[in-house]
Amino acid sequence: MNAAAVVHWSEGGQQVVSDATGVFGLTWLLIALPLLGAVVLLLGGRRTNSFGPLLATALVGVAFLLGLVQFLQMVGEPAADRSFAQSLFTWAPIGDFSVDVGFQLDPLSMAFVLLVTFVGGLVHVYSLGYMANDPDRRRFFGYLNLFVASMLLLVLASNYVLVYVGWEGVGLASYLLIGFWNAKAEYATAAKKAFVMNRVGDIGMSLAIMLMVTTFGTTAFSGVFSGVEQASSGVVLAMGLLLLLAATGKSAQLPLQAWLGDAMAGPTPVSALIHAATMVTAGVYLIVRSNPIFDLSDGARLAVVLVGVLTLLFGAFVGTAKDDIKKALAASTMSQIGYMILAAGLGPAGYAFAIFHLLTHGFFKAGLFLGAGSVMHGMDDEVNMRRYGGLRKAMPITFITFFVGYLAIIGIPPFAGFFSKDKIIEAALADNVWLGVAAILGAGITAFYMSRVVFMTFFGEQRWADDVHPHESPRSMTVPMVLLGIGSVVLGYVLYSGSRIVLWLEPVVGPEEEHELGIPVLAITAIIIAVTLVGVAIAYSMYLRKPVPVQAPLGTVVTRAARQDFYQDAFNESVFMRPGQYLTRFLVFFDNRVIDGFVNGSAALIGGGSARLRRWQTGFVRSYALSMLAGAVLVVGVLVLVRL
Amino acid sequence: MNDFPVLSILGLLPFAAAVVVGFLPHGRELLAKQIALVVSLVMLALTVAMAISFEPNAAEPFQFVEKTPWIEQFGISYALGVDGIALVLIAMAVSLGPVVILAGWNDADDNERHRPQTYFALLLALLGTIVFVFAATDLFLFYVAFEVMLIPVYFLIGMFGRGQRTYAAVKFLLYSLFGGLLLLAALIGLYVVSARELGTGTFDWTLLAGMPIDPDTQKILFAGFFFAFAVKAPMVPVHTWLPDAAASATPATSTLLVGVLDKVATFAMLRMVIPIFPDASEWAAPFVVTLAVISIVYGALVAIGQTDMYRLIAYTSVSHFGFIILGIFAFTEIGGSGSVVYMVAHGLSTAALFLVAGFLVKRRGSSLIPSFGGVQRVAPLLAGFFLVAGLSSLAMPGLASFVGELTVLIGSYQRWPVAAVIAVIGIVLSSLYVLIMYQRVAQGPETENVKGMRDAVPREVVVFAPILALTLAVGIFPKPVFDVVNPAIERTYSFLQVAPVEPEVPVGDVTTDGAATDGEDS
Repeated sequence: MNAAAVVHWSEGGQQVVSDATGVFGLTWLLIALPLLGAVVLLLGGRRTNSFGPLLATALVGVAFLLGLVQFLQMVGEPAADRSFAQSLFTWAPIGDFSVDVGFQLDPLSMAFVLLVTFVGGLVHVYSLGYMANDPDRRRFFGYLNLFVASMLLLVLASNYVLVYVGWEGVGLASYLLIGFWNAKAEYATAAKKAFVMNRVGDIGMSLAIMLMVTTFGTTAFSGVFSGVEQASSGVVLAMGLLLLLAATGKSAQLPLQAWLGDAMAGPTPVSALIHAATMVTAGVYLIVRSNPIFDLSDGARLAVVLVGVLTLLFGAFVGTAKDDIKKALAASTMSQIGYMILAAGLGPAGYAFAIFHLLTHGFFKAGLFLGAGSVMHGMDDEVNMRRYGGLRKAMPITFITFFVGYLAIIGIPPFAGFFSKDKIIEAALADNVWLGVAAILGAGITAFYMSRVVFMTFFGEQRWADDVHPHESPRSMTVPMVLLGIGSVVLGYVLYSGSRIVLWLEPVVGPEEEHELGIPVLAITAIIIAVTLVGVAIAYSMYLRKPVPVQAPLGTVVTRAARQDFYQDAFNESVFMRPGQYLTRFLVFFDNRVIDGFVNGSAALIGGGSARLRRWQTGFVRSYALSMLAGAVLVVGVLVLVRL
Repeated sequence: MNDFPVLSILGLLPFAAAVVVGFLPHGRELLAKQIALVVSLVMLALTVAMAISFEPNAAEPFQFVEKTPWIEQFGISYALGVDGIALVLIAMAVSLGPVVILAGWNDADDNERHRPQTYFALLLALLGTIVFVFAATDLFLFYVAFEVMLIPVYFLIGMFGRGQRTYAAVKFLLYSLFGGLLLLAALIGLYVVSARELGTGTFDWTLLAGMPIDPDTQKILFAGFFFAFAVKAPMVPVHTWLPDAAASATPATSTLLVGVLDKVATFAMLRMVIPIFPDASEWAAPFVVTLAVISIVYGALVAIGQTDMYRLIAYTSVSHFGFIILGIFAFTEIGGSGSVVYMVAHGLSTAALFLVAGFLVKRRGSSLIPSFGGVQRVAPLLAGFFLVAGLSSLAMPGLASFVGELTVLIGSYQRWPVAAVIAVIGIVLSSLYVLIMYQRVAQGPETENVKGMRDAVPREVVVFAPILALTLAVGIFPKPVFDVVNPAIERTYSFLQVAPVEPEVPVGDVTTDGAATDGEDS
């Protein structure tokens, strides 16, 4: 094996990046397989209707198996030798600057490969059932494959330009899938909103890349991370903030969070895969991947922490007020990603836990969404939880898997979310008491809104519409739910015990920073669980002890505000959209009347009044000849003059 | 280099064919179309052969050189040759030849006053002038081609356009003539200067480039050249002829006009303005960059507010030309090479947008956005084309425009950070004008407007496929284009005095052999 360049971290020791050989040399295939599926399905047309969805599913399955083999091989290597680089070809060489299409497979990207292909594969299988009767399902699977390919490109890229390519690719897939049923006008609007808000975040990505090239002459991870220590602190801060801006767009964090709720317009498997488990966590990946930059800037990390903590509370409050099951889960996703961003902002003390929570969340939230989809499937696409109730008997498998996901997300030991969220709260407490308090408060609210969802959906009296006959979903849907449910039970402990996840990510993010806690860890855990149980108890008293009205009560000022996402849309509309519309309208008027008016006016003036201009227009050939003649005379005249 | 006059043949062949096609009798319309198509394919084959034998790193500035004295009294010669920039632009133009001919196959069939023969003769003549304008290395020859180019466009709009075609054609002509006149005056001035500096006056680029000209004269001559090209490009505020022309012309004409012909202006900025007036270019750069940024933002904002598809596409081009000019006047290799890739990408994306919009307009009989709605329900393939065309306009990675836009932004940030930061807003605005139009045209419930609309027919698929293939090819593997363009850009900027930009913290090449790392090993 060719020993290649050494990448230096600020403190975290060394990571040797070797050339990818053997099974690691197949890294490109991880992306190529789903990409092939997308090309075949989208360009193949109706011919591929019959086998397309199965092909798409199989390709993601193969990619997962390949990733699994690579993972097992990687586990066998010493910790310092787990990074492999592969360069396919030079993309844009200009002078000393050059961008390669190159991949980096290391413990961090490996974790994402497994998450994306495993959850992605399950969502494909689930969709075989869920979309069975959709006439456009070939296109749906084509888009899903496009998404998986782009997401893998995003996490495997070895430079920021290529990350950006994947970043835009997942954004496109997200746009196409949110608007998959765009015959409904508001779904099309939701898709557009998601894309445009993401583009606002992309300004950060673009500028970060521009700044990197200007500063380091490269956007390769190896180059940027080895040079960042010598960059000025202002530049490092700017890079951090720009990457954070990008992350807020993709991960639906404040202030670019408003698109995620509307994105629930997409088919539910999409919500599970893209808008819960994977794409929306890309912002977390970006920050953790850029850890050498954030390590060097307290200011940038502070901004990350603030965004994370504000969003985790914002999302949690919104989640308490939503009656649409998918929107409640979307608000929850926003909030949970807030936890991850918060952890990432804590620096070396939190990077590993951000990824830890990202992985467990990927399982339980995908499971919850697939469960919600299963409920909708059985309830004629009803999403209003006030029209649910008592479904645990009608849909036992859905209920059990959903309930497991519920226990995981609210952090009941020993379910997955307990371990990962606990770690984040500890790290936050160690950093700053108020951060820790906010994170614990968030956990309590999480318990409340998730209990509310479970009680309103599966318990209590039946509030179904008249012609609805709920039934359990087919095997293709329940099997993925069960597998995700198993993950939601065991994944937390598996990754936690022996500090597995921390040690696994250490070559990428450096060793975990020891933190001093004033109180014993067990006491903290006890407090968190107590707060969680309070949240459950309040939900119990409100939504199980008392009947749930089919018509939503008016609610307090706060409830109404939360229902409206704290008026985020009204805000965006009045601050950006309306003024923007007035501006474009004014500019169109300005262009037509002022600029063009001036031109036409002066043309008329030169031509001796508008009457003559009109004559020019009617006898166009003659006037053309005339003007050419005038030009020619002028040419000859000047030439003669010059000659003299 | 061989002596085969490939550029002359490439330029004259379509003219000869135009004469033949134009004089074909009634009843031979199909033959006229077939000849036009075959000739455009022959041109494409010639160009491919030329591109293959082109040597990117040759020492001399031009290849496939031809030179014959023309008007010896004035030092004017028939001189042709291409550098890497001209080569890729000719390749782009010639690739679009068969595409627009096929796209415009039925454009003139319903015309009561003018024959399809004339239409295709004009298209061919336009292709010929385009070759000459990119290949001329004598500035007077360039000027002649630049002006002659107006004639076929004028007639294409005036005879075969729609709506206010006469108004649009005259407006286009007056604007162009006005710019051309200034160009001519500046050209004559340059001739006089060359006579003083070199002993004998000349229009030969190889003698004029880098010729010492005193700064004040440079500024005056620069102004003449720049104004002419700013009108043609077009930059705000001399852009209003473009939306009118695009709204009235056939999509095939608009494609050649906006996608190819307007590139002459940005091409000439690189070829002539910078090498011949380097001091003035540096002097004017802040002003030009400001105008470019205004064009980017203003063009995009006005595009968002349009209700006519053709006008909307025209305004997006105003914005895109702002990017190209920003890249050119960044005076960095990345910005310069990026701007050339952007030119190619814009040619392809504009072609896709105009032609697919044309398919839609043909079916509906209207180019107004509100007269569509829900096209995806009835014509999914056509809607897909429209979306891909839009994505290439908003610079989706994987497509050529992303390469151009990103490199232009990087390159201009190196020199003009504030301008680049403002220009980045363009990426949000482009997503707005594309997606709003796409939503109104193709998404939503099926409306009465589009009921029974036919999906793409095979001819339309054949038109769209090569554009998509090219934009994907350049988007995924742009290296061959950069390899050809980089040396020419380097030569262009070598006339300038500006210091090259260097990274603040050079990190060397750490990707391959591990030799050149200068971070400390801790």
